Amino acid sequence: MITIVDYNGGNLRSVKRACDAVGIAAEFTQDPDAVAKADKLIFPGVGHARSAMATLLRTGLGDAVRHAYERGVPTLGICVGAQLLLDSSEEGETQGFGLLPGRTRLFRLEDPALKIPHIGWNELRIERPHPLLDTMKNGDEVYFVHSYYLDPTDASHVYATTDHGIRFCVALGKDNLFATQFHPEKSGRLGLGLLSRFASWDGTPC
Amino acid sequence: MLSKRVIACLDVRDGKLAKSVKFVDTKDIGDPVEKAKQYYDDGLDELVFYDITASSERRGIMIDVVERVAAQIFIPFSVGGGVRSVEDATRLRLAGAEKINVNSAAVQDPELIARCSDAIGAQSTVLSMDVLRVGTSETIPSGYEIVINGGRTRTGRDALAWAKRGEALGAGELVINSIDADGTRDGYEIALTRMIARALRIPVIASGGAGKPEHLYDVLTEGCADAALVASMVHYGEYKIPELKQYLAGRGIHVRLST
Repeated sequence: MITIVDYNGGNLRSVKRACDAVGIAAEFTQDPDAVAKADKLIFPGVGHARSAMATLLRTGLGDAVRHAYERGVPTLGICVGAQLLLDSSEEGETQGFGLLPGRTRLFRLEDPALKIPHIGWNELRIERPHPLLDTMKNGDEVYFVHSYYLDPTDASHVYATTDHGIRFCVALGKDNLFATQFHPEKSGRLGLGLLSRFASWDGTPC
Repeated sequence: MLSKRVIACLDVRDGKLAKSVKFVDTKDIGDPVEKAKQYYDDGLDELVFYDITASSERRGIMIDVVERVAAQIFIPFSVGGGVRSVEDATRLRLAGAEKINVNSAAVQDPELIARCSDAIGAQSTVLSMDVLRVGTSETIPSGYEIVINGGRTRTGRDALAWAKRGEALGAGELVINSIDADGTRDGYEIALTRMIARALRIPVIASGGAGKPEHLYDVLTEGCADAALVASMVHYGEYKIPELKQYLAGRGIHVRLST
């Protein structure tokens, strides 16, 4: 059973529907105890980083996610759920959980032809293999929608990148933690494949 | 590199698929969910559902369509038509729509864009505008005027100025529907699309007039659009989505070819 952390981030039902479609048992919860006891966690999110963080801290869900991670629970962050794993975010100048060192930054692109938000399908470059990226290859396209990007400090945490004026991290991870800037639940069959692999992932990065 | 998107627009009336020419003469042409599933299987990048249901009491039917689509289709999709409040937007989001298009109601109440953007995020707030070519004047310096209520009512608003205002108010994307080109299948309104796309930082989706693959090529290059919306050229089976994408790829446009 996958537990989806429900902090009113907005796209929780999409993640649940995608899990349903590939036959993965998933439920969402607002109960910190259920999160802390989960076997497997999805930490989704769209919306504003600061308000998401405030909700997570207020409800105790944030601490619960941290405990689950420290206990070795396989955890998948998506979009804002990935951004908040870093130390801080420029969106509303908020602290993150600091599970991985780095910062979420606003796109500042000089070429006016490059649109912000970064919306649409963009190509992955696989920087290092990971069980959740199995079968995905360079040039595979996944769906993005965001104005802030992940900038982890430690290059060994970067599993995939893409290019939009700059090359930036779109999949990061460490131990039992993996997170994507793109939306697997909206990335067609490729994205559903990643969710299926997460369902059977033992939480080791190789 | 970010791909140019091919988006299919499905007009839905009372839960059924409809297609209009110049925004009138609508007729039913099938089940929107079935059509959406077919396009998803074909590798479509994104879907737009436009609710053209006239009576407010039948609006709930659209929620059912959105829920059924969301259960089967794992690409982004947006819903528009008749969105008048943050509550409307939130209801459609919860039913599974990724993005919400606001149109006429935003012209009458521009702050609706800001309120939606705050509530569901800029990335989910799409400003859709219906534009009529009127010629340059003092009040309409761009030569294009915003019209509302399905193209029936002129507003005196300049299209370029309105697009910029929408961006400033927090829209994350813009759909430009040309009333002149809608349903003609003679090609998109390139000059209009180009003028607005070059003036804005948010992505621009061109709509109205697609009839041949060349039209998509033109609007994605000369027209500077980030995405091209198609309707009747694919709804009746004349062109298939993979065929359109192969054509664009063959002419050097970066498109997503996988499914």
